[in-house]
Amino acid sequence: MAAIYSLYIINKSGGLIFYKDYGSAGRMDTNDSLRVASLWHSMHAISQQLSPTVGCSGIELLEADTFDLHCFQSLTGTKFFVVCEPGTPHMESLLKVIYELYTDYVLKNPFYEMEMPIRCELFDIHLTQAIQKDRVALLGR
Amino acid sequence: MIGVGKIKQYSNVLDKPLSKGKQEVSLSAFAFLFSELVQYNQTQVDNISELERSRLEDAGYAVGARVLELLCHRDKGNRREMRLLGILSFVHSTVWKVLFGKVADSLEKGTEHEDEYMISEKELLVNRFISIPKDMGTFNCGAFVAGIVRGVLDSAGFPAVVTAHFVPVEGQQRPRTTILIKFAEEVLVREARLG
Repeated sequence: MAAIYSLYIINKSGGLIFYKDYGSAGRMDTNDSLRVASLWHSMHAISQQLSPTVGCSGIELLEADTFDLHCFQSLTGTKFFVVCEPGTPHMESLLKVIYELYTDYVLKNPFYEMEMPIRCELFDIHLTQAIQKDRVALLGR
Repeated sequence: MIGVGKIKQYSNVLDKPLSKGKQEVSLSAFAFLFSELVQYNQTQVDNISELERSRLEDAGYAVGARVLELLCHRDKGNRREMRLLGILSFVHSTVWKVLFGKVADSLEKGTEHEDEYMISEKELLVNRFISIPKDMGTFNCGAFVAGIVRGVLDSAGFPAVVTAHFVPVEGQQRPRTTILIKFAEEVLVREARLG
């Protein structure tokens, strides 16, 4: 059972800086993933403008028939979103964990250039661990 | 009563006992500062080995020289180690504990050369958040720590060449960092004379 299909991180101008898929469902090639990222960035921005509530921070959850999309936007405008099986619980907390990993292993790395694609070994290692832990926890429930 | 717990006022700063110092510093704050240090120095050099050998090491050297002075005064009643093993265990335990909150993982003598010693650390604090890009080869930010060690040893009268290396460990995803200390000839000659 693959609860999570894929993970995206996009920078504040809508460029895809990190993409990883888990399992075969919902896999996309590079061009498609870039397109999804910038599409989501624009949709997110539009949703903020259209929302009737004051101070809306954009779409947090998109529910479709075949997938759920959970999005978390950091204060600096970097967006993290996961595409997962419908009804997968605790995705908000997973996104927070991923954000924490990003601040630790990407932002504190002197060789990472801001807004550029993420290529950090430690980030990959810890991300894999976090996703695995999440899956184990899911099976245990 | 108000004012009872107040710190005694010393008229002369030199009479004031040296404080134990606050033991903890925010790791995040340090990590960001260190990251900036590396980034700044990267803009100032032409090649990577210069960044490692001179820039980071020199930054560490200045720290090491000061740490020795402070610790000798604070912990050892103004006395310093004169013997080789004494100063090595001072670095391995006292200095490491003050700087990183723990004793270094291991201190070994080199097997091939008489004048080489190694301090190994499974995960060096300065490297905790740092991933070295593939194109930078064997570059290690532990050069900063190597500089600290060199600063301590040099100021204590044990001139040495100190370098930091990644050493792969079997069954571990991440390599450990080894600080290699190669003492100058005069140190060994003196040590032999002391018996």
